[in-house]
Amino acid sequence: MRKPLTIRILSALDKKSWIALGIFLALALVVIPVLHLNFPEDSALHVSTYAITLIGKIMCYALVAVAMDLIWGYGGILSLGHGLFFALGGYAFGMYLMRQIGRDGSYGADLPDFMVFLDWKELPWFWVGSDSFGWVAFLVMAVPAVVAFVFGYFAFRSRIKGVYFSIITQALTYAAMLLFFRNETGFGGNNGFTDFKRVLGYSITSSETRLVLFGLTAITLAATLVFAAWLVKSKFGRVLTAIRDAESRIMFIGYNPLWYKLTIWVISAVLCGIAGALYVPQVGIINPSEMSPANSIEIAIWVAVGGRGTLIGPIIGAFVVNLAKSWFTVSFPEYWLFFLGLLFIVVTLMLPQGLVGLWKKLMAKKGDAAC
Amino acid sequence: MKKTLIALLLSLGSLSAQAALDPAQVRPLAAEDSSDKVAAIRQLTQTADPDAVRVLKAMAEDSLFLAGDKVVIIDGDKAFDGATGEAIKMPANPESPTVNNRIRGELASALAALKLFDADVSVRLASAQKLQSQVTPEMAPLLARALEKESDAQIKALLVLAHAQANLANTDPAARLAAVKALAETSSPTIKSVLLPLTNKAGEPDDKVRYEAIAAVKAIDSRLAIAENVGRAFSGLSLGSILLLGALGLAITYGVMGIINMAHGELLMVGAYATYGMQTLFRAYFPNAIDWYLPAAIPVAFFAAALVGVVMERTVIRWLYGRTLETLLATWGLSLVLIQSARVLFGAQNVEVSNPSWMSGGIEVMPNLILPWNRIIIVGFAMFVLFLVWVLMNKTRLGMFVRAVTQNRPMAGCVGVPTSRIDTMAFALGAGIAGLGGVALSQISNVGPDMGQGYIVDSFMVVVVGGVGQLAGAVWAALGLGIFSKLLEGWVGAVIAKISILVCIIIFIQKRPQGIFALKGRFVE
Repeated sequence: MRKPLTIRILSALDKKSWIALGIFLALALVVIPVLHLNFPEDSALHVSTYAITLIGKIMCYALVAVAMDLIWGYGGILSLGHGLFFALGGYAFGMYLMRQIGRDGSYGADLPDFMVFLDWKELPWFWVGSDSFGWVAFLVMAVPAVVAFVFGYFAFRSRIKGVYFSIITQALTYAAMLLFFRNETGFGGNNGFTDFKRVLGYSITSSETRLVLFGLTAITLAATLVFAAWLVKSKFGRVLTAIRDAESRIMFIGYNPLWYKLTIWVISAVLCGIAGALYVPQVGIINPSEMSPANSIEIAIWVAVGGRGTLIGPIIGAFVVNLAKSWFTVSFPEYWLFFLGLLFIVVTLMLPQGLVGLWKKLMAKKGDAAC
Repeated sequence: MKKTLIALLLSLGSLSAQAALDPAQVRPLAAEDSSDKVAAIRQLTQTADPDAVRVLKAMAEDSLFLAGDKVVIIDGDKAFDGATGEAIKMPANPESPTVNNRIRGELASALAALKLFDADVSVRLASAQKLQSQVTPEMAPLLARALEKESDAQIKALLVLAHAQANLANTDPAARLAAVKALAETSSPTIKSVLLPLTNKAGEPDDKVRYEAIAAVKAIDSRLAIAENVGRAFSGLSLGSILLLGALGLAITYGVMGIINMAHGELLMVGAYATYGMQTLFRAYFPNAIDWYLPAAIPVAFFAAALVGVVMERTVIRWLYGRTLETLLATWGLSLVLIQSARVLFGAQNVEVSNPSWMSGGIEVMPNLILPWNRIIIVGFAMFVLFLVWVLMNKTRLGMFVRAVTQNRPMAGCVGVPTSRIDTMAFALGAGIAGLGGVALSQISNVGPDMGQGYIVDSFMVVVVGGVGQLAGAVWAALGLGIFSKLLEGWVGAVIAKISILVCIIIFIQKRPQGIFALKGRFVE
């Protein structure tokens, strides 16, 4: 007899992990807001707006990294186009934020500024309903899901895999980037969406809104982690891992890898879309450069640095690489690409299991020494 | 032959008959009224007489004077009769006629038109070519006369066109009809614009002429469209050649080692910067032989890129065999390092690489279709490199080893092929070919740190479409993609063209995941 769902979800993580997750949520939902609101800016305990935005942004990236890990670490499919799903989610939510600007834009018109600029008289058909939060929240998940499903169905059905698949996903995001760069596409061209004023009627720049968004991101990340842990331990997750390791054998046993791959591919895309939707209001801009192939490859390196095939690894990787990035680009902007490039090389050459693998190795050695 | 002789005799006859000008014609040049002067200049032009050239030139150079009732030309301390050109006594107090701007303009165009009667063929040709774009209706009689005298076939053809253009304003519908018919044979946008006013009722009252003009415009349009498409196909061919140079190397390395080198575009960049380096070197040390920097850059670029390739293979790629996805990431890292190195060494701005003088200009196939030399040479160069690679792969021992490793690595190793050395050699070869692509690319596009990024997606698409490890596949895919994308660009614009090609490739891969030229066989990995 199957155990009830709650039990299965509870058993997805061990006791230590639940405690760690609790601490993380407490930090994000209680400690940081209190430190931000209750201490004056010159106090040593004050958490600045900059830090909150930065950490919020990195948590969105971590969400993408977990999504990437599900498909790459557990499915063995390296996607170089995950930036596309992230950007699609961002754009979908950006439409809502643009509509929330209302008549406060620089032209004071009902339409978003860039449409006035293009001399458009009414909203294009795909903007219909973009003023409703519910519909947009649906789009945030549905658009990446549909794109991923259509693309994935054809790709996996004809059994495209390995580098071929990677290259084609790269071409996909590249094509989408070119498409979104056009003004006529209807998403603001080069500049994308920016200058947001409100979300759900609340000012987007106020501390409270920021903290709520920050908290929501933390909750989403935690929930995703639990969901992913449950997923990879389920039968589905085990078959998926088996497909990664020996696809032909799984087929000979009688499974059809298509639906397993497609399911995890769509789940991964939806998670990216949600991350994008959380990212846009916090950062305040979305433009087509989010879809550039370079951005998508960077996602892969977060996962690789942290350690793929583990769930905590991608989160660590996303934090390490992005904190390094914000430090480098401020202190030594000309060395950032060297660092990133070397990171790609060193991690693939020396640390195939990432930081988590390194930690495990060190622990094992320590254990040996203790004996 | 006979005809030419007769024409020659006739022209000689006409020359001798008008050896001197009528003084009554020359006199108004120094008239009080500007309009009289203009009329006189036009009349003199119509005579198409060498003496007229002499007089008008003198007037343009301000050495034409009026002495009493005679027009004289004073050159230093000598004086000549304006009408006959005979030397005469220096007149007492010559008056200089006023030559204002209007007169100057009139003189300039008169002299230009009179060049059509120059003895030198090349002067006549230049004048006839120049005239094509500035024909006025008044020139019709002059052009008719020039046409009569002209013996050179090329100039004659030009004059026929010019005459027809001038005749379009003729009051006689028959003459207009003939003119339109003559112009319908051409394929130049200027003539089309000359004909356009005749296609509506306001511009052309005669029905017959108007219908003829509409037909002529249509005919010109279709020829223009053909020329445009041929031009596009050609620029597609040259784009395809560049893609081919990029993809050949990729096809070899992917075929042999099964890895995709994301830094391949940066090897193109290395080749392009090597070209830039040679140009700088030649400018500094051999400024006389500057045109030769490009041939000199070819081996330099090849070896520079090959060296970078060897270093990459020995230090990074070698350790990642069998882990293709990781190789993808590691080579991407290498490409970032190479890009940033180029930025540090040469600056983030594009550097300037100029075409050698023998590569500038082009062949004019049609009036609106010029094939630039640099693109023609690039197509030829790509074919040459392709030939070399073909020879290397099919006729040499190294090529045999490379093919052996591509087909079956363990088996090749068993019979004594040094597979790891072959890997290095093949990688160096692929990198070197990319370097050659960089030389070609430097001649038609910007040279900068980011230049490789733009070509990498396209090069991959060529490899994907062409099939792995197949030179023939790479060739057809590169040329096909190049031409197809340029043609499509002409119809729907660059961005949509690029997107639709990527979508087409994604669909194509569904049908033939192994590319056009797949190796035959059944296997499960």
